[in-house]
Formats: sequence, C-alpha cells, structure tokens
Amino acid sequence: MTTAPPLPNVDTELALPAGAEPVARSNWQLFRRRFFRHKLALISIVVLLFLIVVCFGAKWIAPYPKNQTNLLITPGGPSAKHWFGTNGVGQDMLTQVLYGGQISLKIGLAVAFFSTIVGVFVGALAGFYRGWLDQGLSRLVDLFLIVPELAIVGIAIQRLGATDTSFIIVLAALGWMYIARVVRGQVLSIREKEFVEAARASGASTPRIIVRHILPNCIGPIMVNATLAIAAAVIFEATLTYLGLGLQPPATSWGILLNQAESAVTSTSQFYLVFFPGLFLVVTVLCVNFLGDGLRDAFDPQSEH
Amino acid sequence: MLTYIVRRIVYSVPVLIVASFLVFWGVRTTYDPTAKYRNNRDAARVIAEKKHELGLDKSIVAQWWTWLTDALHGNFGTSYRTNDSVSSMLRHALWPSIQLMFFGTIFALIIAIGVGVYSAVKQYSAGDYFFTGTSYFFIAMPAFLFGLLAIALLVTLPVEKFHLSEPILYSVGLHSNGQSGFNLDYIRHLVLPVATLVVQSVAVWSRFQRASMLDVLNADYVRTARAKGVSERTVIFRHAFRNALIPLVTVVALDTAFLIGGLVITEQIFAISGMGRLFLDSLQGGDAPVLLGWFLVVAIFVVVFNLCADLAYSILDPRIRVS
Repeated sequence: MTTAPPLPNVDTELALPAGAEPVARSNWQLFRRRFFRHKLALISIVVLLFLIVVCFGAKWIAPYPKNQTNLLITPGGPSAKHWFGTNGVGQDMLTQVLYGGQISLKIGLAVAFFSTIVGVFVGALAGFYRGWLDQGLSRLVDLFLIVPELAIVGIAIQRLGATDTSFIIVLAALGWMYIARVVRGQVLSIREKEFVEAARASGASTPRIIVRHILPNCIGPIMVNATLAIAAAVIFEATLTYLGLGLQPPATSWGILLNQAESAVTSTSQFYLVFFPGLFLVVTVLCVNFLGDGLRDAFDPQSEH
Repeated sequence: MLTYIVRRIVYSVPVLIVASFLVFWGVRTTYDPTAKYRNNRDAARVIAEKKHELGLDKSIVAQWWTWLTDALHGNFGTSYRTNDSVSSMLRHALWPSIQLMFFGTIFALIIAIGVGVYSAVKQYSAGDYFFTGTSYFFIAMPAFLFGLLAIALLVTLPVEKFHLSEPILYSVGLHSNGQSGFNLDYIRHLVLPVATLVVQSVAVWSRFQRASMLDVLNADYVRTARAKGVSERTVIFRHAFRNALIPLVTVVALDTAFLIGGLVITEQIFAISGMGRLFLDSLQGGDAPVLLGWFLVVAIFVVVFNLCADLAYSILDPRIRVS
C-alpha cells in the first residue's frame, strides 16, 4: 500500500519544555501511537492472531484428527480428554471447532480482501470521474437495497454450489458495493482539496493523483470497512450454513457445528455443543469490530486520543 | 410535498422493474423444473413438451414479461411443490411475518431510543458503559445464535431446573393448539421470536440514537435553551430529543430489508410459517414460482416502507420540506 509522502507532522499533544525542538513524526508513527493507546483493539489483535494460528495450525495443534468419529465413547461434556466435549458421533469438539475456524476465517479474510480491492478501485474511479460510472454505482446500490441480502446470497449459493469458494465469490460480489460507496464519498470531497490542485499544477498525472494523493487519505474508512466486511462475511457464512443453505459435512465450519448442535438446545446437558462454536464465532466478530474501532481512531487525525 | 412523493414513486418503479428482471433471470436459470423428467424414457421429447407447456422455450425476456404482467394482475402462477396458487401461499405467509415485524419494530424502537437517549444524557456513566458493552456483544452475535441461546437458557433451562410442565416462554409457533387472538398465550409465544428478530437492530439503533442525541446536545440552540434557564428535563425532551430522532428514521428504513432477511432465520428457529419459512422451503424445494412472487412482494414492501420513512422524515424535519 502506498502512503503519502511523509510530511513531517508535529505532535502537538506533548507539552514541550520551553526552547525544545518539537519532535517530527511521520503519519505512520502517529498512527502507531494512537493505535497502541486503544487497549481493546490491541487485545483484539492478539486474540485474532491467536485464533488464526490455532485454527490454521489445527493440523498440529488439534488433539484428534479432523472428523474422526468414535462411536464407542458416549457423547459428553468437557473433560480432561476432550476439553470441549464430544458430539453425538464421538467427534472431539475442540478439534472440530479449530478446523471449523479455518473455513470461517478464510471466508472472512478472503471476502474482505477481494471486496476491498474491487470496492476501492470502483469507488475511486466513480468519485473522481463522476459520470456514468458514478450513476451506475448508485443505481446498483439502490437495486440491492430493496431485496434482503440473505435471500440473494441463499439463491446464489444454491446456484454456484455450496462450497467455501462460492461463499467468497458471492459475498465479495455483494460486499464491494459498500466499500465503493464509502470510498466514492471520500474521494468526492478530497478531490476538491487544495493539495490535489497543487499536485495537478505541478504536473502529476491523474492515476498518480488518485493513488498517491487521494487514496492515502481514505485509508481510515477503507480499513474500517474492510474489518466490517470480515465480520459480515463470517456471520453470513455461519447463518446460511446453520439454515442448511451453506456448507455441508464433511466440510466443517462454525456454522455447521451450530447446525448439528441444534438438537442440543432441547437438553441443557448438551449446551456445550452450542456454547463453544458460538463462543469462537462471537469472539472473532467482536475482536474484528474492536479492531475496526481502533483503526478508525488511529487513522483519524482529529481523534482526541 | 405531493410532487416529492410522486417523484419518489416514479423513481422506484424502474428500480423495481430492473430488480424483478434480475431476480427472474437468477431464479429461472438456477432451477430447472424439467429436471425431474431427465430419467424418463425418451426424456428429450418429454422435456421439450414440458418446456413448451411452461413457456420455457421462449427467450428469458419474453418469459419475464409474461410473468410480470401476470403478477401485476395478481396471478403469480402455481407452486411446483404444492400445486397451490402462489398468491394464496404468499397471503397466508404474510400475516405471521407482519405480526413479527410490527411488534419487533415497535419494541426495537422503544428500547433503542430509550437506551440511546439515556446513554447520551449520562455519557460515560456506568450505565452508558454497560449499554455500550452490551450492544457490542449483540452486534457481534449472529441472530440465529441468539435464538438458540435464548431457547436453551430461557425455555429449556427453567423447565429442567424447576420441573415445569410447560415452559414460561414458548419456542414453537405463535399460538398453542386451539388458541388464537391477542392473549397471554400469544405474548408468551411472541417474546423470543421478536427478540431474536430485532436484537441486532436494537443494538445498532441504540448506538445510532446515542450518537445523534450527543450531536444535538452539543448544538448551540441547546446551549441557548440552557442559558435561558430552561429546566434540564425540558431541554432534553422538548429541545434535544425530537431533533435527535431524525437521523434514526433513515437507519430504520434502510434496515427493512435486513429485518426481512432476519425473518428467514427467526421463523426457521421458532417454526413460524411466515414469509421467511416460505422462502427457505421454496429455496430448498426449487420452487421457482414461489420464490419469484416472494421477491416481488418483499421488494414492493421495502419500497413502500422506505417511502413512508421519507414522509416521516420530512414531517419531522421542516428543512427538507422546502425542496
């Protein structure tokens, strides 16, 4: 990602002793200082990294092989041998939750990545050039506002086949519009600023103005919306899979585990079947949202922190 | 004002038409109603005959136009699954969903506005932090998970713990057998589905209401009112509160489609035969005529609701009426 030429920024927050030189800080340093003060976002990053490591390292970390059934043991709650308990066919829930996280996290991260790339591209062009592209973007967004997203994704997944790849395609195909709209709005206001005028006057080409001068100033909203896209994708996958419209076993995701645990709701002795996949799901989304908040504050030059 | 309404309606029509074509194309190309004849003897002839009978041998645009004109005359065709008329299926499914949406929106608004205003007036108090934390939690929790947890903790757990013969809150349907109308039984059925439907909206809306109330409380005219010596109560409720409602209207209207998506989840978990379940059953059964009718009804509903919200907006905010 390109950043604006590092203009020396003066940190006004520090009360300087008389006569001392003010310390110059780059945008990146300022961002880091503000971000590290956001305790919740810091904790969230640690938790998310931990989740990513344990889920994608499930092959080495998980206590049992994926989907291994053991019909000899009676399904039971958490114990020393099975930390998260076992389900009706004797699968170790800890193992399943870790492997399930792989798919849920993969979908979330991939959707955020692709929808951000496309959204920034279209949004920047629409905001900068206006015209038919801008019109088209607005009409397209209007179109999707009047039908429930859940229903569209449900049909599209039926059509493409219920795999993690089709989830990524469908959710990214819907998600880029939000980011494009946000970027468009930002670009629209920034392109009128004096420094853009100055860049143009000094002979910068249009692509250079967009990439080097305008987009770096949109980085905050872009990052925040990318985190929102992760959260939305994880929730969508889990919801559709839970409803039976998404992934099917032998694949495993948090949505599948919750779908299989539905019967457990009628007996509290099996509550753990809902609890652990649910906990991982909620913690993931919660951390992603806190991270988004932290990024927003850190990228916002006007933030008080 | 009237020109504004007319302009909005005129503008919604092309959006609806384009949306209906895209949905038609998507649904028609996803489901092949002749697939079940594929294993017949001389399948090719049977399929061709069926295709002709259903009009599937015409171009997609022609098919869509026939469907749309029929639909506008109230004829949505017949279901592939049940052979019932789609319009009567939709009519039956609408009523439970409207009940859920109606009570859901009302309760969500009351709670969200109450919490939002409280959090803004007592900014950074223990209560504000509590509500902020709670709303973050509920925003992060998928609606279906909330429903499952609610059933486990509020229906199953009390029954097991206190050996009740029947639960306090029900988790199936909207009425017990033989019951109907608005009574205690109905309320006991309604609590959990309505909560599941709107819990995320309450969380989001209350954050929104808090932010807009804070904006208004920091406005100059509120300071003026305080400086005049107006009592705090009057400042909050007469000067600030009414203006802080305006931005919420837009958010609530934009969330209509989201709430209808929530119906799919809620009605599935709580076994309520409304629009959400009809959608799910039709999707899994490959019932294209029902799906098409469903999308049209939902889209019209959302458009009409958005229009109402726009009107409410211009009534609440006199500045808009000028345009």
